[in-house]
Amino acid sequence: PSAASWGVPAPPRQAPCTRAYPGVPFSCPLRTGAPRGSRKFTDKHEWISVDNGIGTVGISNFAQEALGDVVYCSLPEVGTKLNKHDEFGALESVKAASELYSPLTGEVTEINAALAENPGLVNKSCYQDGWLIKMTVENPTELDELMSEDAYEKYIKSIEE
Amino acid sequence: ATRPGCRAGRPGGTRSPEALTGLLMVPFAGWSLPAHYAPGHLESHLHTRRHCSLFDVSHMLQSRVYGRDRVKFMESLVVGDIAELKPDQGTLTLLTNEKGGIVDDLIVTNTSEEHLYVVSNAGCADKDLAIMKDRVKELQAAGSDVHLEVMDNALLALQGPSMARVLQAGLSNDLGKLSFMNSATMTVFGVPGCRVTRCGYTGEDGVEISVPAARAVELVERLLGDPEVWLAGLAARDSLRLEAGLCLYGNDIDETITPVEASLVWTLGKRRRTAMDFPGAAVIMAQIKEKPKRRRVGLTSEGPPVRAHTAILGPEGRRIGTVTSGCPSPSLRKNIAMGYVEAAYGRAGTALAVEVRKQQHPALVTKMPFVPTHYYMAK
Repeated sequence: PSAASWGVPAPPRQAPCTRAYPGVPFSCPLRTGAPRGSRKFTDKHEWISVDNGIGTVGISNFAQEALGDVVYCSLPEVGTKLNKHDEFGALESVKAASELYSPLTGEVTEINAALAENPGLVNKSCYQDGWLIKMTVENPTELDELMSEDAYEKYIKSIEE
Repeated sequence: ATRPGCRAGRPGGTRSPEALTGLLMVPFAGWSLPAHYAPGHLESHLHTRRHCSLFDVSHMLQSRVYGRDRVKFMESLVVGDIAELKPDQGTLTLLTNEKGGIVDDLIVTNTSEEHLYVVSNAGCADKDLAIMKDRVKELQAAGSDVHLEVMDNALLALQGPSMARVLQAGLSNDLGKLSFMNSATMTVFGVPGCRVTRCGYTGEDGVEISVPAARAVELVERLLGDPEVWLAGLAARDSLRLEAGLCLYGNDIDETITPVEASLVWTLGKRRRTAMDFPGAAVIMAQIKEKPKRRRVGLTSEGPPVRAHTAILGPEGRRIGTVTSGCPSPSLRKNIAMGYVEAAYGRAGTALAVEVRKQQHPALVTKMPFVPTHYYMAK
């Protein structure tokens, strides 16, 4: 998501599943079942996880918390060709829109249809059910330019200070 | 200079120092204010419509005007019939300039305590004070009896259908006798000298409580003692007022816009229109006669949310206007917006379009408020 909306101070970090109020989206634990190291991150807080040549893209827990309740997802059509860094859509909270940027070069093969009826999945399950698009990976070497989970954790800590 | 707004404990939660801050603080008109508290914007908005929320709006400017000539002073700056206000009655009015542009929107109350009580926007505080002080000097020099005092009170807004039940528990006065836009000084939960005005910025039944600063946190904590009361921040404040069709100064109205273009002709006092004795009267009255070229309208749409600066297109695809405020409506679950369009396209029901991220989406001119209001009238 775009730098402009992340120019706000980060919300206080909370341990997963500790919020006491009803209806509050839970924090997504960073490690949720996928093998360690399979997810890579951009400095704009998108993640991509590649399986059999297809990359699944979403936003990180840090991003979904800062964005607030997602009420609408603008996603590209299947077949759209994206270059790395291309804007491919936006996530809208009540207050603001946040653009999405492609982590890699490739073609959109699928978009998460569940988000049309249930955009809040992006908050509730940012690493699983709240995935945004799937795409081909045209240049696998581009993956090396992205951050590992550990590097991304360090990166978030550095911007929170 | 940044000064934190009055903040106190979270709904039903701890009173620790960590609990004293909003989840996200944002700068607004020189203040640091909470955008939202747990559990977040959407829940907070809906909670206000179903129960009640407490907003710290101490950043707004509160002042008092004393003196025999206080009404003459006020009327020299605003468009409303201030002299006709009953004791303890208030009204929304507009400060205008010589070009007929809106300098600020504010609430003026004719208190029964020999002063006018004025609440105006934080973003216009410096401007409004300069204008008011200059006019006071001018009138005093001409022998008028008028005196301006800036208040240091905190201002708390308690808004929502449960407000009356919550607040009545802390009053000996009968809140049932206080109608919309009326005001009274009361002891609230043991804090004397609070001015309670039945008004707000959400469309719900609500009050704004002007409380001595030294006891503001105490009052907030007493109000939060009722679990139905949740703290709410600026984000919910904005989506609530937009659903209620209320303007935000700086977005929907500003000095380049007249009350006629802004569809706020109702603020012009009947006597004042005839007398034409308010700033910009010539321009404004001419515009009423000849009809303005553009008008503020409400729009609803589906698809991507419509935000400020979005282009509004007419039936032929030509750009005919611009959105000035917009958001997805939590209550209606569709997009709502306010903007200005060429007057010919301003009728409710007109089918237009908006351009979001280079794509056009249908939009319908819609009467405001988008969500029914619930202002209270005593029987």
